[in-house]
Amino acid sequence: MGIFDFLTQRSKNTAVVAKDRLRILIEQERGMRGAPDYLPLLQRELLEVIKKYINVDIEAVKVELHKDGENELLDISVTLPEKSNATS
Amino acid sequence: MAEIIVVTSGKGGVGKTTTSASLACGLAKAGKKTAVIDFDVGLRNLDLIMGCERRVVYDFVNVVHGEANLKQALIKDKRFDNLYVLAASQTRDKDALTKEGVEKVLNDIAAEGFDFIVCDSPAGIEKGAFLAMYFADRAVVVVNPEVSSVRDSDRILGLLASKTRKAENGERVQEHLLLTRYSPERVEKGDMLSIDDVQEILGLNVIGVIPESPEVLSSSNAGVPVILDDASNAGMAYMDAVARILGEDKPLRFTTVEKKGFFSKMFGG
Repeated sequence: MGIFDFLTQRSKNTAVVAKDRLRILIEQERGMRGAPDYLPLLQRELLEVIKKYINVDIEAVKVELHKDGENELLDISVTLPEKSNATS
Repeated sequence: MAEIIVVTSGKGGVGKTTTSASLACGLAKAGKKTAVIDFDVGLRNLDLIMGCERRVVYDFVNVVHGEANLKQALIKDKRFDNLYVLAASQTRDKDALTKEGVEKVLNDIAAEGFDFIVCDSPAGIEKGAFLAMYFADRAVVVVNPEVSSVRDSDRILGLLASKTRKAENGERVQEHLLLTRYSPERVEKGDMLSIDDVQEILGLNVIGVIPESPEVLSSSNAGVPVILDDASNAGMAYMDAVARILGEDKPLRFTTVEKKGFFSKMFGG
């Protein structure tokens, strides 16, 4: 161990970063588990349509399948950009 | 009744075959009549890790297709009387296995009075991996403390809970995590996920933690599963895992940094 190692070690606890990234990702993937295969494609096509009218990015469109008792609920949410960003 | 254990992971190179070979040897050593089957059709390797590669005449696919009977294809281990290896085919592809064919072979092995059947799954989530897990009673999910391995393990856990015979019958495959290539030093430094991290993310406890150790490679080189090296930490950790599979309560070993003594600190050790 070099005498300057303490300078580089302090700020890089990469295991914590790994854990946080995995926690978010796995929660998201578990939510998609058992959902129909067409959801990602549906999400992309919806985005294409919405983009014709509003300038949004991929993060803005969320397509989720929820179970509400017997019923399955397709939940589509679109976060609109702030007024100043809208182009049309 | 033979208990069927699948050793699986999703990701390749995490130690499935090493683990299958060691668990099978450990179970045999504990007096259990054990068969270990290589499901990696086209990329046979279990024979090499078990050290019986020159004795493969007939393989799993031959038995499934009725070209050889089970007795001809089961290779008896030279070290343990109660341990047998069923090699994968090297020349066929993964479509050579069918669900019905695999089921028949497993039933025939069980009828021979085996206590355990260890299924060494191929990497990925395709047909070979699916067939290796489908009939399992238990699953040992091999995971490295590394992001892609942990993510793939979660995928596999999802499949175990939905695409297995047990799941289809409304039961559950008994799932275990086996953490391999673990380095307590790196965990302490903060650049490797800890046992608790992995358990928490995957929501499952470990049945064993195998430390990163040079003996794993030297055992593969020699064709002697590392569990038979009782001087190595990895070998002892695998023995503990086998004991836990058999229901014993063993504390984890080799999971904390060994404190170096004064002399090894001074002179390196």
